[in-house]
Amino acid sequence: MDWNTVLLLLDSTIRTATPLLLACLAGLFSERAGIFDIGLEGKMLVSAFLAAGFAYVTGSVWLGLLAGIAGSLLLSAIHGAASITFRGNQLISGVAINFLASGLTVVVSQSWFGEGGRTPQLGDGGRFGEVVLPGAIRLSEMTIREQRELPLLTRFYSDVLSGHSILTYIALLAVPLSWWVLYRTRFGLRLRAVGENPAAVDTAGISVRRLRYSAVAIAGVLCAIAGAQLSTAEPAAGFIRDMTAGRGYIALAALIFAKWRPWPALGACMLFGFFQALETRPDIFVRLFDLRVPSALLSAMPYILTVIILAGFVGRAIPPRAGGEPYVKER
Amino acid sequence: MALDAASPSAAPPAIELRGISKAFGPVQANRNISIRVMPGTIHGIIGENGAGKSTLMSILYGFYHADSGEILIDGRPTRIPDSQAAIRAGIGMVFQHFKLVENFTVLENIVLGAEDSGLLRPSLARARRELRQLAKEYELDVDPDATIEEIGVGMQQRVEILKALYRKADILILDEPTGVLTPAEADHLFRILGNLKAQGKTIVLITHKLREIMAITDNVSVMRRGEMVATVRTADTNPQQLAELMVGRKVLLRVDKAPATPGAPVLEVENLRVVDAKKVERLKGVSFTVRAGEILGIAGVAGNGQSELLEVLGGMMRATGSVRLKGRPLDLSGREDARDRREVGIGHVPEDRQSEGLVLDYTAWENMALGYHHRDAFANGPFIDRPAIMKNTIDKMQRFDVRPPDPMLLAKSFSGGNQQKIVVAREIESGPDLLLVGQPTRGVDIGAIEFIHKQIVALRDQGKAILLVSVELDEILSLSDRIAVMFDGRIMGERIASETNAGELGLLMAGVTGEAA
Repeated sequence: MDWNTVLLLLDSTIRTATPLLLACLAGLFSERAGIFDIGLEGKMLVSAFLAAGFAYVTGSVWLGLLAGIAGSLLLSAIHGAASITFRGNQLISGVAINFLASGLTVVVSQSWFGEGGRTPQLGDGGRFGEVVLPGAIRLSEMTIREQRELPLLTRFYSDVLSGHSILTYIALLAVPLSWWVLYRTRFGLRLRAVGENPAAVDTAGISVRRLRYSAVAIAGVLCAIAGAQLSTAEPAAGFIRDMTAGRGYIALAALIFAKWRPWPALGACMLFGFFQALETRPDIFVRLFDLRVPSALLSAMPYILTVIILAGFVGRAIPPRAGGEPYVKER
Repeated sequence: MALDAASPSAAPPAIELRGISKAFGPVQANRNISIRVMPGTIHGIIGENGAGKSTLMSILYGFYHADSGEILIDGRPTRIPDSQAAIRAGIGMVFQHFKLVENFTVLENIVLGAEDSGLLRPSLARARRELRQLAKEYELDVDPDATIEEIGVGMQQRVEILKALYRKADILILDEPTGVLTPAEADHLFRILGNLKAQGKTIVLITHKLREIMAITDNVSVMRRGEMVATVRTADTNPQQLAELMVGRKVLLRVDKAPATPGAPVLEVENLRVVDAKKVERLKGVSFTVRAGEILGIAGVAGNGQSELLEVLGGMMRATGSVRLKGRPLDLSGREDARDRREVGIGHVPEDRQSEGLVLDYTAWENMALGYHHRDAFANGPFIDRPAIMKNTIDKMQRFDVRPPDPMLLAKSFSGGNQQKIVVAREIESGPDLLLVGQPTRGVDIGAIEFIHKQIVALRDQGKAILLVSVELDEILSLSDRIAVMFDGRIMGERIASETNAGELGLLMAGVTGEAA
């Protein structure tokens, strides 16, 4: 295996990790506030559809993103109403949202575009292009031989780090930002408190409901960006049915793997993204170990690792204590 | 006897409630309550469970809205729509169940909700400085950087008090503050409260312990069934009078019992050890004996191994060591379960009646048979003999004074005292040789306490052995014939009940042995 393969693998790791990371951070905000969110998947899907649809109609990828955010926020509001205001079961509400999203996106896109549940191919203005970082070399303009002669670090920078959509960089920046918000601001302190012991927040004279709604809304926005990345960031060129393909659940697995902390979430998502990238390159195993690894095994890896974590083999993963429970003032 | 607690000065009351009423559905929790709490005093509010004390204080803290009535703080009419308003009005509340975030530090807990700005750092720095000041002023020492789960309950309570003081509270309400404390910790708390009073703070102490009321309050108000029945100067009253005001009839504060006539050993426990799921050793070699016709009381602060002891004996937890019932060894390896224990003659009134003693969503008659439903009296082969259980339940409900005596009512619809009577009736009537009793009167009103105590003594007088675990030292002292004190998974000492006192037991409960004391 040469360096080229490694770089390509890492490049696609970052790309596939982007929606995972955004969804994982979305889950992190929501669950740290005590609201379980199975509906990451559905929110991503709705946003992916609306982002592609509106980008196609308006010709502006940014208007598409806005539409995606609006749609995702709407689902967040439903989840919030069900689980915060009406104290319903958060898992059921999340599952309902996923079904709703899976069905609605197909029906609506068929009725709008008549292309069998997909959106038309997006042209150049309609999707997020590759951002070339300052100082990065455009490798596509060089021959393989010329590329090989460049220092490895330059190639890593130009090939792996540079050349992703703006949304990928937003996702990467969201990690330190989330950490800072959670651990260095008043809002973060209160958010973490409300997921651990809402009664403490309530008796301190702070609205539990408002905090939890804010957390759910933040999750909505992050899911929306994740969805937009799937359908409108190059090389993607439009929405296809159920295109999230379980990423919402993998993100939840990553969240547990990361023990509900932002920096480990980055690591977990990169690891899971790496497995997904490997899935598309079964030839690597054959070449390296002369071993045919079934791709189903690779796609199951995130879940297998999560089960191992949950079983307590790699330190215990303790979820936020008030997670999943509606807050009722005690008498 | 609406004796007014006269004010020493002309200052307006720190708190004045006028005609407060509050109903939850058909239940009138507070009925036309008026009370005046003078500034710089410690004012006790006493009453049975369900008398409406907590509701009243929750109204004062903005948790509930009164249906009618007026609140005056320092003589000014004040509206308290939420906790924020209560905090602004200078009211701080220390709840019975602490409102702390377990995995936050002390400092973070104190700052939560009282931050100076959007960024945490300056708030934390200021809190650290003020904490040092408050610690000096009031004997309120805590480690600001320890997390809540690392510190003991006494310390956690200090954090709650500090939270209130950090928010500039002039009025401090404490709801059953000593329930979780050792006698020594309670004394420390009372010293702190004394300091606060000396600094001009007003303190409202809600409790059901007459001794505390007598020890530290200036005035005391008594509540009964949602009404304020009296407010008196503490110096002008006595425990007997207060108890009668609380219950509305004459009550016996002391348990009336003849000296025990112990017979042969029924339960012999030797070198009992338990290691829990987290690999923490909960019982570290416990040995004792309970004889027929005697009550052995296990005293101790909650969490020192008493619960594990009951669970092992009740067949709910594994252990090593040796336990013999009437000479026959019990299997501790986990092969025998709770039913096996019942079959050999061990009755068990568990510590937590709501989760272990009853199925709350079952009816009274179903609960009355629970655990014994397979016995011939209650079953026809694999089928439950409903008429037989029903008849049996009606009979037990009458004899154990369960109110209302309706076998079809769900367990959760009964009051705490009546729930406990159901459990006690079931276990005593099963005819055990040994009765395990955990916290028999937790959350039970005085009238029912008196009744349950009588039943336990009656069982003893039939020559049965009783192992009583309670965190209420008064209960242990008045009910037991012998007392063993547990601390940190060990028995610190055994005393004859009539030859010891709260002071001596208190030291043992804190882990101080006889020689050192």
